[in-house]
Amino acid sequence: MDLDFTPHEEEFRRIARSWLEDNVPAAPPASMDTAEGFEQHRAWERELSAGGWSAVSWPVEYGGQGANLIEWLVFEEEYYRAGAPGRVNQNGIFLLGPTIIEIGTDEQKARFLPPMASGDEIWCQGWSEPDAGSDLAAIRSRAVRDGDDYVLDGQKTWCSRGAFGDWMFGLFRTDPAAERHRGLTFILVPMDADGVTVRPIAQLDGETGFAEVFLEDVRVPAANVVGEKDRGWAVAMATAGFERGLSLRSPARYTETAGRLVDLFGRVGGTADPALRGEVVQSWMDAEAYRLHTYWTVSRLIDGGAIGAESSLNKLWWSEMDVRMHETALRLLGPSAELVEQAPGAVDDGRWLDGFLFALAGPIYAGTNEVQRNVVADRVLSLPRSS
Amino acid sequence: MRFAFDEDHVLFRTAVREFLDKECTPADIRAAWSSHRGWSADRWTKLAALGVTGLTVPESHGGLGMDELSLVLVLEESGRAGLPEPIVDTTAVGAPLLVEVAPDDLRERWLRAVTAGQAVLGVGLAGLPYVDHAGSADLLLLQRGDELHAVPPDQVTLFEQPSLDRARRLASVEWEPGAGTLLADGGRAAAAVESAFDRGALATAAELLGVSQQLINLAVEHARHRVQFGQPIGAFQAVKHMLADALLKLELARPVVYRAAYSVARGMPERALDVSMAKAYASDAATLACRVALQTHGAIGYTWEHDLQLWMKRGWALAAAWGDTAWHRARVGAAVLPVP
Repeated sequence: MDLDFTPHEEEFRRIARSWLEDNVPAAPPASMDTAEGFEQHRAWERELSAGGWSAVSWPVEYGGQGANLIEWLVFEEEYYRAGAPGRVNQNGIFLLGPTIIEIGTDEQKARFLPPMASGDEIWCQGWSEPDAGSDLAAIRSRAVRDGDDYVLDGQKTWCSRGAFGDWMFGLFRTDPAAERHRGLTFILVPMDADGVTVRPIAQLDGETGFAEVFLEDVRVPAANVVGEKDRGWAVAMATAGFERGLSLRSPARYTETAGRLVDLFGRVGGTADPALRGEVVQSWMDAEAYRLHTYWTVSRLIDGGAIGAESSLNKLWWSEMDVRMHETALRLLGPSAELVEQAPGAVDDGRWLDGFLFALAGPIYAGTNEVQRNVVADRVLSLPRSS
Repeated sequence: MRFAFDEDHVLFRTAVREFLDKECTPADIRAAWSSHRGWSADRWTKLAALGVTGLTVPESHGGLGMDELSLVLVLEESGRAGLPEPIVDTTAVGAPLLVEVAPDDLRERWLRAVTAGQAVLGVGLAGLPYVDHAGSADLLLLQRGDELHAVPPDQVTLFEQPSLDRARRLASVEWEPGAGTLLADGGRAAAAVESAFDRGALATAAELLGVSQQLINLAVEHARHRVQFGQPIGAFQAVKHMLADALLKLELARPVVYRAAYSVARGMPERALDVSMAKAYASDAATLACRVALQTHGAIGYTWEHDLQLWMKRGWALAAAWGDTAWHRARVGAAVLPVP
């Protein structure tokens, strides 16, 4: 055990910090859930990519740096330290990218990874359907083979980045006779294909972070299937594992929030309920515990271990911690808690309220926390399945 | 950066686990509960033969000379097994305290005896009102103000303070400091007391990991086999979710405790902060595990007959010993928060 960073890791940190200090925009871009902000975030992705920082953990040949997981965590720490913009292409770079690297064909890697890394193609998710949410295996959108193509019909919903994204990945039923999670196929769909209709959905904050996507006789080449036909569930679970586990929510995000919460307490804590002091300390510890747990997991992976159903524990922790931290911040703000960015009295430009609304989605997306608790119970604790 | 145990740590842990599986069964714990001193001299001797009692004793005094990284895994196992023997006070706290401040002759005599399994130590720090195993300790290491003393048992008066965990034999200790028992005073004593306290809190946190794991294991086992409404109760979501929450708390506490062990072993400047975080997390994890394990068992878990009580009572006792969650969280707060 050695909890010091190696000279190599420290050097990696220094280079990342220096690049970010020179390049992170001074003024934050507009929300990525607006048309204008989406393009500003795309421009930032291009800049990151030009500097070699958009997908540090990917192989060099596809636009990454071949960084190991420790280095990736170091980069994330520097990224949040620098206050850099949110990652508009995280669906691509952190979820689909690792999936294609793990199980995609060489042609798929060459075709999809470089424009993903460069921000030229931004990805949205196509999991949920009106009747398939937590019960994802109830998917009904179908894909029918026709020559070299698949023809897609159906409806996807709650597609993150769906309003402005360029491509969508998702699950489609290819074997109508198969039950549940059998007979599904993982397919990549260009959003500008004929027959794709996007209806943006305003989220709780009023902005269009997700969308409904209607598919009517949409033709995509069979080469857009990732993994085997009818075996898409396993591909989706690999992708979801990345999302629930490490790659979507690195600990730096929360240690940064915890640091700001401590700072907020320093400014307004003197007049707050004394019980809130304990909550602020608990938040700080919870973020630190998540950081330690992540380094612990990553060290195990580097030693050859695997992350399976335990990734559901990660998801439970970060999503519920994020809500608690923001609830504490809003309690500290008292009567100012409800003020939005435009209010003259808003503290920190209403950022805590924005963060609260964002955090509330965490226990819902990437598989609701009720589903995650079932996964932990069934697959980590080996409790009997519900009948 | 490599946050993982080395092979020798893991091997030693495995050896201890195999020993405890055979030598420390629930029946053995119950025997200790009803014994005169609360623990078994025979098992203590066997633990000595395995190297456990002298784990922290330097090789120059006959011990294994291992650090807290080995110790926490052993203590996790002692918690999992519900070991009644005084390993925390003797091996985790008392022996390193003697190494730090005792004169050569005292150190040689007592560390040899600890390693051989012929002596146990009691530790009484000023902030902690009760001394565990005080009645059976061969030497008491006691703080009074800015002085640390090594006091023979015939120079103290004990007032027993029975604990709900009958393997814990607590007592209040009355004694008079004298020149003949003085180990250290002033800044040297203060530093030794601080590190002794952190060692005790870390060791207790490590035992709580094992206690929590055992409580979850017992509850999962029960939930797999107890049938109601025509199916094992573990198939009900209400039961699944409760157990998943208990596991979540435990799995997050684990690396927090291991990091604290690293900080103590390496003498890191953040030692006190890291230890407090570890004790707060381990205490919370155990408190939840106790609650969830009892609820999963239902009425049978509420009986004297069922072995669940052996670990629940250890969990409740240790969660409050060596500083409870509120105390340790406040110590973290003092280090982390600005003064508003």
